[in-house]
Amino acid sequence: MSAATTINGGLRRVPAWPLYILGAGYMVWEFWQALNGLGPYGVEPINVLEREYGEIALILLIAGLTVTPLRTWTGVNLIKFRRAIGLLAFFYVLAHFLVFTVLDVQTIGRVVTEVIKRPYVTVGFLGFLALIPLAVTSNNWSIRRIGPVRWRRLHKLTYPAALLGALHYIWLVKGWPLEPFLYMGAVIALLVLRLNWTKIRAILIPSRQQTNS
Amino acid sequence: QDAMTPNTLEEITTYNNFYEFGTGKSDPANNAEAMVIDPWTVTVDGLVDNPGDYSLADLTEGLTIEERIYRFRCVEAWSMVVPWQGFELADLLAKVGVQGDAKYVAFETVVQPENMPGVRSRVIDFPYVEGLRLDEAMHPLTMMATGLYGAPLPKQSGAPLRLVVPWKYGFKSIKSIVKISLVAEQPEATWNNINPREYGFYSNVNPGVDHPRWSQATERRIGGGLFASRQDTLMFNGYDEVASLYDGMDLSKEF
Repeated sequence: MSAATTINGGLRRVPAWPLYILGAGYMVWEFWQALNGLGPYGVEPINVLEREYGEIALILLIAGLTVTPLRTWTGVNLIKFRRAIGLLAFFYVLAHFLVFTVLDVQTIGRVVTEVIKRPYVTVGFLGFLALIPLAVTSNNWSIRRIGPVRWRRLHKLTYPAALLGALHYIWLVKGWPLEPFLYMGAVIALLVLRLNWTKIRAILIPSRQQTNS
Repeated sequence: QDAMTPNTLEEITTYNNFYEFGTGKSDPANNAEAMVIDPWTVTVDGLVDNPGDYSLADLTEGLTIEERIYRFRCVEAWSMVVPWQGFELADLLAKVGVQGDAKYVAFETVVQPENMPGVRSRVIDFPYVEGLRLDEAMHPLTMMATGLYGAPLPKQSGAPLRLVVPWKYGFKSIKSIVKISLVAEQPEATWNNINPREYGFYSNVNPGVDHPRWSQATERRIGGGLFASRQDTLMFNGYDEVASLYDGMDLSKEF
């Protein structure tokens, strides 16, 4: 029995629902720490909370993008956890957006100005918009209603959403810290792993294939 | 929180930008202890009568130390109120003897790669450099700080000697100074070099000129917690007496 089969067998007994509790619990825990100036929050909790929620959202988006390549390349199948990962990513983006609008920028007029005028905010906002239809359709009823093929096509919106999220992070920092580039690298790598290499090889070197046949 | 009540020592010393120690706001407080500040030598050169390598004691000898409570406005749209101790830069410049053709003052921060994780990871170019026009440097509001809350400057706050220019964004107030040069041409300034579109040489606090990536019209005072409301940013950070330094300049172009 391969390692992947063993892991998959073990995972069969692990339900996905605790992920929702963990995700929601962690979100509340972060908020509670921010409220009390604990841990990383210190003396300026608003910015830290905004960044924490944003960064966790990006990590969850990347985790969601890992599921398919992991199955393709190693056989380990985490697909039953993917809906929870994706929905949590959405709720962390939503929390990030709410901290930005309600606690940080504070007035609707200024929020509108920021979204329109600041390219890095625009980019992040577009990523958020892209996730809304995905969150709304993350249920079995919607899959039946839309049909699995179209549903899968719709959910490819996670690709631009993750790219926009990573770009949003790179764009907002000062100087050249490493983390935003690591996230962008991970997103790009996970998208590249999805490319159909057999097809690409056929397009790139058609002549050799012809002489071989 | 009263407008000119100083922030607590904890607030002032745990929320810092000092990229030599990392880009996180708490990195300076966590990492700066390794910086060696004794002995400390400041090189004074360029268009001065008394150039040389001064020990900190020699450089500051005879200068009047006083307390000044200043607003401090970061380019990132947060602010604090800080009780500094120090002396006027003008007094130091008088002591070293500024020559007639000097037009600018250039400053440089210490580089100790072995003690500075941010320097090792080269997150920006080091040494950090900054500069002022001579009339800005000579203005009585411009000070060199050696203390905070009645004690020697904490390392994360720029020990043992830093510039404080209260009407400019905080990054102009260069920390842990090892070199002061009087020069004829506008000197290099680190953030201006990195991105001149975002950080001008002057970088006067100006609610009317936005940073390309965020508004400068309002700021958040540190220490207000999770529900702190924003307050309006004041032109020249409220230090209107410096306005005449910029007569005839278009501050939206020369920002």
